[in-house]
Amino acid sequence: MKPTDTRDPEYYHKVVDCQYACPAHTPVPEYIRKIAAEKYTEAYMINWESNVFPGILGRTCDRPCEPACRRGRVEEEPVAICRLKRVAADQKGDVLSLMPHAPFPANGKKIALIGGGPASLTVARDLAPLGYEIHLFDEQIAGGGMMRSQIPAFRLPEEVLNEEVGYILKLGIHTQFMTYVESLKEVLDQNYDAVFVGTGAPRGRDLPKLPGRKEGDAFIHIGIEWLASVAFEHVDKIGKKVIVLGGGNTAMDCCRTSRRLGGEHVKVVVRSPFKDMKASPWEKEDAQHEDVAILDNHVPLSFEVENGKLTGMKFQRVKAHYDDKGKRKLIPTGEPDVFIEADEVLIAIGQENSFPWIERDIGLEFDEWEMPVVDKVTFQSTHPKVFFGGDAAFGPENVITAVAHGHQAAVSMHQFCQQKDLHQRPAPYTNLFSTKMGIHEWSYDSPVTIDQRYLVPQAQKSITLVDRRKEVELGFDPPTGYKEAQRCLNCDVQTDFTADRCIECDACMDICPTSCITFTGNEADEDRLREKLLVPAENKSQDILVSETLKTGRVMVKDEDVCLHCGLCAERCPTSAWDMQQFFYSVTKAENV
Amino acid sequence: MTYLKPLFRHPRLPKNKLGYTLKEYEGGISTLCAGCGHDSISATIVQACFELAIEPHLVAKISGIGCSSKTPAYFLGNSHGFNSVHGRMPSVATGANMANKNMVYFGVSGDGDTASIGMGQFVHAIRRNLNMVYIVMNNGCYGLTKGQDSATADVGSASKSGHINPFQPVDLASLAVDLGATFVAQSFSGDKQQLVPLIKAAIQHQGLAFINVMSPCVTFNNNPGSTKSYDYVREHMHATGKTDFVPQEKSIQASYAEGTDTAVTLHDGSVMSLHKLAPDWDPEDRLSAVNAMQQARAKNEILTGLLYIHTGYGDLHKILNTTDTALNRLNEKSLCPGQKTLDTINAGLR
Repeated sequence: MKPTDTRDPEYYHKVVDCQYACPAHTPVPEYIRKIAAEKYTEAYMINWESNVFPGILGRTCDRPCEPACRRGRVEEEPVAICRLKRVAADQKGDVLSLMPHAPFPANGKKIALIGGGPASLTVARDLAPLGYEIHLFDEQIAGGGMMRSQIPAFRLPEEVLNEEVGYILKLGIHTQFMTYVESLKEVLDQNYDAVFVGTGAPRGRDLPKLPGRKEGDAFIHIGIEWLASVAFEHVDKIGKKVIVLGGGNTAMDCCRTSRRLGGEHVKVVVRSPFKDMKASPWEKEDAQHEDVAILDNHVPLSFEVENGKLTGMKFQRVKAHYDDKGKRKLIPTGEPDVFIEADEVLIAIGQENSFPWIERDIGLEFDEWEMPVVDKVTFQSTHPKVFFGGDAAFGPENVITAVAHGHQAAVSMHQFCQQKDLHQRPAPYTNLFSTKMGIHEWSYDSPVTIDQRYLVPQAQKSITLVDRRKEVELGFDPPTGYKEAQRCLNCDVQTDFTADRCIECDACMDICPTSCITFTGNEADEDRLREKLLVPAENKSQDILVSETLKTGRVMVKDEDVCLHCGLCAERCPTSAWDMQQFFYSVTKAENV
Repeated sequence: MTYLKPLFRHPRLPKNKLGYTLKEYEGGISTLCAGCGHDSISATIVQACFELAIEPHLVAKISGIGCSSKTPAYFLGNSHGFNSVHGRMPSVATGANMANKNMVYFGVSGDGDTASIGMGQFVHAIRRNLNMVYIVMNNGCYGLTKGQDSATADVGSASKSGHINPFQPVDLASLAVDLGATFVAQSFSGDKQQLVPLIKAAIQHQGLAFINVMSPCVTFNNNPGSTKSYDYVREHMHATGKTDFVPQEKSIQASYAEGTDTAVTLHDGSVMSLHKLAPDWDPEDRLSAVNAMQQARAKNEILTGLLYIHTGYGDLHKILNTTDTALNRLNEKSLCPGQKTLDTINAGLR
């Protein structure tokens, strides 16, 4: 194989599994080290730069980083990355003074943001300091979008939301809340230089054809609409017996909110097997902890209505069958149908996009699924002035994805306003420097702790179930946060190898605790080379680092898979052919254009 | 700072017959200089014992004084160990071996410990054919006292300070063959592919198995002009052949081409197969072994691999006809056979 080119920033970026998996590519190990050093404010600012909503995401993120965490391949559980982010947010000092301050010298350009959710707010934050006049339109009474209307307060306290939305609005954004934009054409007619659409996926899916749906309508609610009604205080109670249909995180929010509004027997009923449910495992756990029953393998048949009042629902029992390709089919078991009593039903079976307010004759193309045609890199629609991001761009995802979209859309809009080619995107900011401070000393904590993942303490059920605003998770206290932070393997501290310094003494290969390093003859075929290693590199999703040919004709091959980044290879290297070099990677933002 | 090795290991680390991974054979983290050849030899011993599935508690590591003699702390952490007096490793090993013949004995020594202060002990351990693996980690200098020339430094070899060694070296492998050692091998710390099978065969060999391993001192003797540096040894290594160790249960079907391949069956039925590179050398013929070594020396080559093996000669226990039971397992009944037996013995002496 050819020698690996570690000067390509994406090689080392991929080694930092958490950062690579994060849609916004937040430099996770960097802020975790700051938390361990009690530099909470700095940790917060690293997050704020990258993901804009550290306090919100530290409570509600879908955490794509955690399944990717290298620690999960070495022991049972990944680092509690998400909850460490919250430690930074909870313990931070004055961050406002570290943020940009309005007013900014105007650049003469004017942009409109439609929708006030995470994607739009990210665009606002990135573009306001560059001098744009920004007008934000949203139908709700305050900014935050679905973070305000759909995420219940017991998971995300309003103060936290208001604080972080406030940081952005303070940048001199012209907000027009309680304003539903009815026509994109009208907005475009107002001579904006660019328009961003971040209107999310606002329509909850219904079951219109299910018998009894119309008759029982007064007792049947669409999940996200009902959650919004609760958030905006239009609804404050629910029947004692509640059925929640669906297996995603919205279903979990619905059932847990129901428990707080008077639901005593709350059942989540889902078509798929428990393990296939879309909800995050911790959300399912939290729901079950609050006495919510989850019934899987039940397909809804009908709403049962008697004398104009809903009595319950009928379900068919099924079991999942997977074909060779892993495709799932739900096959009826033949058991008798199940009747479940209910006073009210919440339907949380998914969300859809809806763009009734965008005229189809303004040069903005829609595809066969009624979704706008949007460039995956630039987020530009077929109307050059109109950009999309968040759930509005490619369908429902999550907050962190919306933030990632926002950053990229902001880059595009900035380039567009400067008449630059949107596809010539500036390179990410990267840095690589040695952490060596002495023979056995590095500027990071290289010893690997064996501590297992710490649990986040929760408030007592007797308190949280009677007050829907009472936050359930209490967050790590600083000492526990420190211990959890020390579980991080510092994957951004790279094992950097310089072939022409190597004397092939094998010291690194002998000391490596996880047998990552092998000196062997090279092979043309990567799979063949992977097989030849001390422990064959079977995890193909992880790269192997292949050196230039060494003096004896062999090569050094390092399997990145379970490297602990403990630095022992570099400590036992007599010639500093190995060095532990800290890698920093920051996604291009509009300010870098 | 890391003075402790992390406890995590590769989750897919292979297991041996006993269900152990390499971890069960490791020792503490080395305090030798980074890049020391001795660490590679330690790792090789770990690998060999892992592959042979030796129970770690049935191994004793005995050493003298010096950098080499520190290494037993860095391998087989679950085995017995004795760090003895300078040059006196063979005496302590003899004592231990006599007390219990059912263990594997690793004698670890260096060029100072063996070729200078311990020369007398070395010579007599060979004469007695003590059943042990005797490894010399040979770096040609006194690393622990800042790199003075040792007795194995080649004449003309330059030290780090530029000083040229004026004395003839002690050739430990030739000496061992001369003294009648029954297993003599030479290798290089940087060649694990050769060293692992050699150590495995040495463990299985019944009698004293001597392995002289060139092990560069990365701090004091890895300079240009040194004949024990990584570069020099790599350039001047000349293998007697490709060695392979075939454990007992796998050895039956192996066939060997006439002339180049030789199979040596060890006492337990395991086989050392040798693909010979030197044509007129026969590892079971002492004369040809001496001849090959002398020729290599004349050509400034370092002959590596198995040099000489003699399997028919009994070890010290066999020579002395000692008991099979370890001394700590002998009870009063077997040690004191009673008046009747004593009377018979006494009668025989009259």
